[in-house]
Amino acid sequence: MFNASLKQLAVQLAEKKISSTELTTEFLRRIKQFNPEYNAFITVNEEISLAQAKAADKMIAVGQAGPLTGIPIAQKDIFCAKGWLTTCGSKMLSNFVSPYDAGVIERFNQAGAINIGKTNMDEFAMGSSNETSYFGIVKNPWDVAAVPGGSSGGAACAVAARLTPAATGTDTGGSIRQPAALCGISGIKPTYGLVSRYGMIAFASSLDQGGPMAKSAEDLALLLNVMTGFDLRDSTSLQRDAEDYAQDLQKPLAGLRIGLPKEYFAEGMSQEVARAIEQALVECRKLGAQTIEVSLPNAPLSIPVYYVLAPAEASSNLSRFDGVRYGYRAPAYSDLADMYRKTRTQGFGAEVKRRILIGTYVLSHGYYDAYYIKAQKLRRLIAQDFAEAYERCDIIMGPTTPTVAFNLGEKSGDPIQMYLSDIYTSAANLTGMPAMSIPIGFGDKNRPIGLHIMGNYFKEAQMLNIAHQYQLVTDWHLKSPV
Amino acid sequence: MQWEIVIGLEVHAQLSTQSKIFSGASTAYGAPPNSQACVIDLALPGVLPVLNKGAVERAIKFGLSVGAKINSPSIFARKNYFYPDLPKGYQISQFELPVVQGGNIQIQADGEEKNIRLTRAHLEEDAGKSLHEDFHGMSGIDLNRAGTPLLEIVSEPDMRSSAEAVVYAKTLHALVRWIGICDGNMQEGSFRCDANVSVRPCGTEKLGTRCEIKNLNSFRFLEKAIDYEARRQIEILQDGGTIRQETRLYDANKDETRTMRTKEDANDYRYFPDPDLLPLEISANWIDQVQLALPELPQVRRDRYMSEFALSAYDASVLTSSRETADYFESTIKQLPGQAKLCANWIMGEISGQLNKEGLEITACPITPSQLATLLKRISDGTISGKAAKTVFESMWNGELERNVDAIIAAKGLKQISDDSTIEKLVEQVLTANAQQVADYRNGKEKAFNSLVGQIMKATQGKANPAQVNTILKKKLGG
Repeated sequence: MFNASLKQLAVQLAEKKISSTELTTEFLRRIKQFNPEYNAFITVNEEISLAQAKAADKMIAVGQAGPLTGIPIAQKDIFCAKGWLTTCGSKMLSNFVSPYDAGVIERFNQAGAINIGKTNMDEFAMGSSNETSYFGIVKNPWDVAAVPGGSSGGAACAVAARLTPAATGTDTGGSIRQPAALCGISGIKPTYGLVSRYGMIAFASSLDQGGPMAKSAEDLALLLNVMTGFDLRDSTSLQRDAEDYAQDLQKPLAGLRIGLPKEYFAEGMSQEVARAIEQALVECRKLGAQTIEVSLPNAPLSIPVYYVLAPAEASSNLSRFDGVRYGYRAPAYSDLADMYRKTRTQGFGAEVKRRILIGTYVLSHGYYDAYYIKAQKLRRLIAQDFAEAYERCDIIMGPTTPTVAFNLGEKSGDPIQMYLSDIYTSAANLTGMPAMSIPIGFGDKNRPIGLHIMGNYFKEAQMLNIAHQYQLVTDWHLKSPV
Repeated sequence: MQWEIVIGLEVHAQLSTQSKIFSGASTAYGAPPNSQACVIDLALPGVLPVLNKGAVERAIKFGLSVGAKINSPSIFARKNYFYPDLPKGYQISQFELPVVQGGNIQIQADGEEKNIRLTRAHLEEDAGKSLHEDFHGMSGIDLNRAGTPLLEIVSEPDMRSSAEAVVYAKTLHALVRWIGICDGNMQEGSFRCDANVSVRPCGTEKLGTRCEIKNLNSFRFLEKAIDYEARRQIEILQDGGTIRQETRLYDANKDETRTMRTKEDANDYRYFPDPDLLPLEISANWIDQVQLALPELPQVRRDRYMSEFALSAYDASVLTSSRETADYFESTIKQLPGQAKLCANWIMGEISGQLNKEGLEITACPITPSQLATLLKRISDGTISGKAAKTVFESMWNGELERNVDAIIAAKGLKQISDDSTIEKLVEQVLTANAQQVADYRNGKEKAFNSLVGQIMKATQGKANPAQVNTILKKKLGG
């Protein structure tokens, strides 16, 4: 049951082999058993989850079930969910119970999915190791000495450890794909604007995008069908006809042109990752694809560009956490300015403060043009590189991360090294194009390796098709650490 | 030394939309604190702004009515600063690319027409209110006003006196009400002025250092604050001092301005484009639609009243001071063609006088344009005298006889005697009875004539048509 795909679970529910209440109870039991070790969840609320399961069982009984009805989904603690503690991994929101549902939560609720709990994450999604969470580090279930990746580290860990059939994540610079790679699961960041940002606590608004994390590409397709869709409460939400992301899963790959950016196959990638990528490409060629070299000359600038723009937006987005209306407020202060200072000093962790400072700096008078405007120009050049590459190839592949999961504490004292974990992933956020990661093997100490599949705008169905075809002939995605 | 005062105004006009600029909460004034603040106005984690099209439409209306350029795209930017009544820690405003660029406003200053150039007008959201009383050493925050749509209208430094600044502000005030984008209620803060004031020696070009005066919520305060501030600056300069650029607050109780913050402690607002809102695109088609729905503008109507009805510039200006007054005038004149001056006099005189006395708007005038037209018709066709008309008007105002003009004339016996033979008979009687005065008149005593007229009017209780009495009397005396 814990290894079953979403499709298999739906069949079992439909055939009444198991009820949603039983399924939910089993996963809750498993969370209770393993979460003390992994710390993947910040909040579990059996009462709400089981009430949802009961309602789902009714839907199933009267034949109104959809593909996700009755299936537990873990929600990243960045999504506001009515009645749930919604912390964003921060002390600042450690007492915030949301009075409203995010667009994504609404969609899962309407589909009859069960919210099985809120997953741990780097504070305000700022981090690549899940070590910045106020609620403690999350461990990599493949090797508890290793980080799970971040910021959706709790979600990746929960799926890998089979504490939930699937989960949601958000991705601002790689926060779905990097932890998916490090935990050996599949995850996709859709085209910017496909998933509503309403109720998703903002880190960097022009880069943030929600997406699903699951065991397989097929599961991702089903989750994406529920998660995506226009939301008029989000002005950057795209108004498009509904798409069935599962419709192309079975297409053969013959004739597929895979672009391999020479900049991504340069120094920096570890040997074990390089070997695994080469093996994966061999499989793709066997499936009928051809590989060609492409160039993304400006892509190596993604990290500096990202670390100007993301903090700039974050510095402003996080201003609302001021202790005035909700959330944490310092217990003692002398006046208004002191209240702000103490509240924010005590309420935010070191990494969040670092980014607020960087962002404030790059937006300041006299520095704005040199940093923010320059970065915006480079952002356009990077997007142009990808657009040109997609004239020569259908899809771009490379490593999701340069190395396998690093050790807990290994990079937490060196922000630059930490930021470089997103060296391959942040470009997709800057361009707004979709990108995903799937497991393709293991390196040192049995730590997973991910393949990065990047596509042009709205090519999610094709990317899922490629990933699914690969997963039909390999079994990396079926491996679990437990 | 002679000094010239240079003034530019920044006006915040609250746009008359039902809901806020970025949320669906109501903008109605006076509700209990925080009862009109939704999750978006409270800036809860995760909420996002969605632009109210009605606010944009009102900005376009304004732009078109001042001959400005409507920018497309225009960009919403975040103005970052911390304050307890600013829930997001930033205000969504427009910075580099405002929705309205340029434009002009014509004002009547000292009987002359003067052009005031506009720099720009941009859309932004209002903040909430901090309440410092009744909280025992704490402050209360009311976010009902947070997110209310504002159009900030910025003029060039084209005004040269407080009087000009007041005329400009009044003209702008009338315009935004005329085109229906702002209710103009200054007590409720719907129309707020900040004044940028500097002085320079007459005949020089270079602008002096300016101070911005905030919180001018009446035309009178605007005038007094500018006068005070100009005096203050001139005194400093005459004593050999220099003006420090700063923001000052006008204290109406003391009639003075005082430092609020200096340039040194001004915020760095760190403006940048709001990534939650797309660039605002305004199609040519949308602009055309707004243009079509735009009412005839006050300036145009004023000119038309002068050419079409031969009214003086003064009369035409007064009648077009508000759209309601102009509409009242036009409804009246429609039923009384050719009597524009008569209509104008009565609207500007009796009607406006009574309205002022009772503190009413013209929309609440108890006498309808068609009732007024009927009354005026009775003057022009000689049925009643102008003096009698005032009596009728009073009865109408008080609602007597269902404001039926003819019924009131009949009931009060105010009908004029306009029959020649009747008047001739009366004149003969009076002449016979006053032989002495007749003789006086014939001996060159002009005054005697008036006395004779008086006698005739007295005999008819004032009902004889005075023009006819004059003519007939002259004829008889001359004969």
